[in-house]
Amino acid sequence: MQTPILKINGFAKHFTLHEQGKQIPSSHNVNLEVYAGELTALIGPTGAGKSSVLKGIYRTYLPSAGEILYRDRHGELVDLAQADEYRMLQLRHEEIGFVTQFLFCLPRQSTLDVVAHPLVVRGESRESARNKAAEMLAALNLPERLWSISPATFSGGEKQRVNLARGLVAKPRLLLLDEPTASLDPVTAERVIGIIEGIKQEGVAMLAIFHHPELTHRLGDRVVELTPPSASLTTQAIDQQEKVYA
Amino acid sequence: MRKILEVRNLSKIYGKGCPRCIESTGPEADTNMCPHCGSVVAIHDVSFDLHEGEILGLMGESGSGKSTVVKNLYFDQTPTSGSARFIEEDAKHEMFNLNAAQQRRLRNQRFGMVYQNPHLGLNFGISSGGNIAERLLMSDVSHYGEIRERAKELLSRTEVLLSRMDESPAAFSGGMQQRVQIAKALATNPPLLYLDEVTTGLDLSVQARILDLILEIQQERNTAMIVVTHDLGVIRLLTGRALVMKYGRVIESGLTDQILEDPQHAYTQRLVASAL
Ligand SMILES: Nc1ncnc2c1ncn2[C@@H]1O[C@H](COP(=O)(O)OP(=O)(O)OP(=O)(O)O)[C@@H](O)[C@H]1O
Ligand SMILES: [Mg+2]
Ligand SMILES: [Zn+2]
Repeated sequence: MQTPILKINGFAKHFTLHEQGKQIPSSHNVNLEVYAGELTALIGPTGAGKSSVLKGIYRTYLPSAGEILYRDRHGELVDLAQADEYRMLQLRHEEIGFVTQFLFCLPRQSTLDVVAHPLVVRGESRESARNKAAEMLAALNLPERLWSISPATFSGGEKQRVNLARGLVAKPRLLLLDEPTASLDPVTAERVIGIIEGIKQEGVAMLAIFHHPELTHRLGDRVVELTPPSASLTTQAIDQQEKVYA
Repeated sequence: MRKILEVRNLSKIYGKGCPRCIESTGPEADTNMCPHCGSVVAIHDVSFDLHEGEILGLMGESGSGKSTVVKNLYFDQTPTSGSARFIEEDAKHEMFNLNAAQQRRLRNQRFGMVYQNPHLGLNFGISSGGNIAERLLMSDVSHYGEIRERAKELLSRTEVLLSRMDESPAAFSGGMQQRVQIAKALATNPPLLYLDEVTTGLDLSVQARILDLILEIQQERNTAMIVVTHDLGVIRLLTGRALVMKYGRVIESGLTDQILEDPQHAYTQRLVASAL
């Protein structure tokens, strides 16, 4: 029996907004497993807290409950919900990649350097990091004339390719993907799918959210469905409650 | 990554102080001035670690005590209480127990400081190259030719025109002055840099280039940095972890993206919301 790289038990996330005196539930009772060389797809309606699960794993969000058990490359088990900040930074640099929906980068940095960055952080020479970045950008069909300028002014689809290239180039052990093809044309989306299949074969474990059920079907080895937080706890309900008491 | 700095319970009170200073100040009291004796509790009980090559952000509103933290760690001031341990590969220094000469050595050779106000970091009475030479002379380099070479190297690294190295920084733009300050801070290749609002007040495009320079330096030399700023954009660009300060206390700390996207404390939530 293969052991999972990632196993989540009872994950929940809610936000406490002090100013408004509100609790906003996001994800609740999430259980899932991700294996090397496999893709686990997260599905569910908007508001089911899919992105919050990915951000909770990466610790951009502090989990409210549950265990996020990650087995690192030395076989050591870490609960990412509890791991200290330095451990998280190390895992982000070395093992866990995240392709988010939005690209954040330095104003003057060239696209090539943005993509090469994760490799440079790992100690690769700038030269070799740039070469690999170029290969990945070419594979993702990003016109070469864009490589030397900053992605700050790129279109949604161009930015998404830069973001993907940066996430894919470092071949993390675990890759989190948040709607990786949402703003791409069909031809480019097809390329991305090909690359995802390729790195799956190389053994990368992936947890992904797709905007299209067909992609879940094509790429998902396992599918985990999230349900929105129970009706009595939705934001709307809290709003209404507050109105009643106001 | 190795730990290079360990700050514990650092406090700085301006004024005589009284037994009620601490309980009467801070975020809950909504002031840093003691109503009983008028002393200012600029920082209280500040603790954190810093690792090699790490960039840590200190954020918070004006007057929250950010600069006081780095001033104490650079020996510009003496703390009221608390400790800081600077850890080198072969030695550990209890920073506030060192004598003046030992402190000067750390300050001149192992630390670098870049102030918001270039007047604090540079001597406007001498040339830009001279400013760097001065710092090199205070460390171990004393051969004139070598000093001039190093100064050239540093200024070109920070993109200051070498043709202007013999001019006083007084004649330079704000962005250029910051570059000279950075070159000077880097002169002894220190493992630890303090950057206090280095881009505040500069044009956006000038800011962006200086921020890039800082990141490049961090990558090339693996320099650890403490970055003080009230600009959340700078915090996001430069730092991996951050501390949020208010009225001299650390009210929240964590991974930078977490603090900005999932702030826990009411004050941080307001701070982040107002910057959007
Ligand atoms: N020499 C001094 N004497 C008395 N009070 C001082 C002195 N220096 C600083 N303070 C006070 O200590 C508090 C913290 O000041 P500090 O300069 O550390 O704030 P800061 O967070 O860096 O603010 P800014 O963002 O405005 O630079 C402030 O209330 C300040 O007025
Ligand atoms: Mg200040
Ligand atoms: Zn007092």
